[in-house]
Amino acid sequence: MSIDESTAARVAKLARIKVEPEQLPALASEFNTILGFIEQLGEVDVDGVDPMTSVTPQRLKRRVDEVTDGNQQGAVLANAPDAREGFFAVPKVVE
Amino acid sequence: MSDLNKLGLAEARDALRKGDTTSAELTAACLTAIDGAGALNAFVHHTPEIATAQAKAADARIKAGDAPAMCGLPIGIKDLFCTKGVPSQAGSRILEGFLPEYESTVSGNLLEAGAVMLGKLNMDEFAMGSSNETSVYGNAVNPWKVDDRALTPGGSSGGSASAVAADLCLAATGTDTGGSIRQPAAFTGITGIKPTYGRCSRWGIVAFASSLDQAGPMTKSVRDAAIMLEAMCSHDPKDSTSADLPVPNFEAMLTGDIKGKKIGIPAEYRMDGMPGEIETLWTRGADMLRDAGAEIVDIALPHTKYALPAYYVIAPAEASSNLARYDGVRYGHRAKLDQGDGITEMYEKTRAEGFGDEVKRRVMIGTYVLSAGFYDAYYNRARKVRTLIKKDFEDVFAAGIDAILTPATPSAAFGLGEAWDDPVQMYLNDVFTVTVNMAGLPGISVPAGLDAQGLPLGLQLIGRPWEEGDLLNTAYALEARAGFVAKPGKWW
Repeated sequence: MSIDESTAARVAKLARIKVEPEQLPALASEFNTILGFIEQLGEVDVDGVDPMTSVTPQRLKRRVDEVTDGNQQGAVLANAPDAREGFFAVPKVVE
Repeated sequence: MSDLNKLGLAEARDALRKGDTTSAELTAACLTAIDGAGALNAFVHHTPEIATAQAKAADARIKAGDAPAMCGLPIGIKDLFCTKGVPSQAGSRILEGFLPEYESTVSGNLLEAGAVMLGKLNMDEFAMGSSNETSVYGNAVNPWKVDDRALTPGGSSGGSASAVAADLCLAATGTDTGGSIRQPAAFTGITGIKPTYGRCSRWGIVAFASSLDQAGPMTKSVRDAAIMLEAMCSHDPKDSTSADLPVPNFEAMLTGDIKGKKIGIPAEYRMDGMPGEIETLWTRGADMLRDAGAEIVDIALPHTKYALPAYYVIAPAEASSNLARYDGVRYGHRAKLDQGDGITEMYEKTRAEGFGDEVKRRVMIGTYVLSAGFYDAYYNRARKVRTLIKKDFEDVFAAGIDAILTPATPSAAFGLGEAWDDPVQMYLNDVFTVTVNMAGLPGISVPAGLDAQGLPLGLQLIGRPWEEGDLLNTAYALEARAGFVAKPGKWW
């Protein structure tokens, strides 16, 4: 599988990372190097093998469905680049 | 007492309890050492006021006869751990200015056990790297030196390794996703253990690849690793993968008696092009364990070769998902926007400015392997290979193997700037350590010798799940026979 510049641009878009057009050839080439390395996985016979979901055999714990935390508006907003009137502020989303 | 910063945890603890020194004195010695070690760039956020206050409180506790395991012992904390009110940036520009409102469970456990925090330690950005060269703070430098080159302390816990090896602190926390505790420990002549996945809570540790990440101690001896690991471990309801198992007294398990233990030597770890010195050290390590009464057994871990490529699917996939949270909305950096920019431009510009090249590379690789049409071919296949890698280990443990001995790294520390021609070349640093994360097992790196240039080399022991105590004891026997006492000459 070889990655061309338009695929690299699409991946950057999906990852929400701005990549300048002149950087795309180098990016595509790096992707190809890394994916070339990953291709070896194709040699492994994985027929009938389950994909790993948990590295330690454990059942996730359950707890009573009740509120255990909250009322921390100040702490939640303390690190926001732009917080106003108790909310996170972002550029206009809906016209 | 002089040179208090050179003590290990056990020695300092015993001296404190005997009244031979105070935490205030220990802490002052470390702060002085840190002030004189700017050239190593190990400590990147200094917290002398916090340390001094904690030392004073610790001295009061010791005086009152209430001295928990880490009481009064000054340590460094990797920048990946959220520490309340203290910068916690994961070595990234995108978390510039972030001051956590909470304390990570592991650092909280250490502070509760009386530890003194000297500051935050340099690391590769988001723990993605094997040389500490992807950090927003610049490179951390290895205190070991053989010529005029500055050497890498390894990564990602490079600042932790450098600080412990240079005696800037008694011990430090690290985290290990593919080898980030064990590889830098080997490069700097110190001890580092990654416990079984689930032993340490991941809560409050900035996430890289959640199914692989584990915290662990980086220390000057195996005994110190046992002491500090016990203090770090706990069951934590805030991390659903944290194990609800009792934490043993690891230090009490250090008898040095490994008679009759079966130590496996995996043929697949004999890599093409491996330096002869590493091979020799490995053989010597096996001889040492045999000398201690262990039985050395040749074993096979057939899927070893595929661990690293599978890792470079799974870790980036999880990273792309975890790092989606850095969007410029809730914390950290937000890009300056141009007239007319909307929320998508805000995300794209913020992430382009905030992430370094290696992080971007991995996030995008992860995005690709998870994208429609490639999910099965890459991500699901890698998870199936991971099942097989884990089964390799289960098979040898079922056959009676107690621990596995391997080299820790394929080389000694290399020069900063020497290995970046090709990202895959850099990834090969983790070839011996990454299998352990893939299988969720405990692994420890013990300094075992010097190469011909005079640089430290480590050996790795891999243990059965949840049997860190037994693993530490085997490491203790190895440490005693290796007799590694070399320290880097001070040039900084």
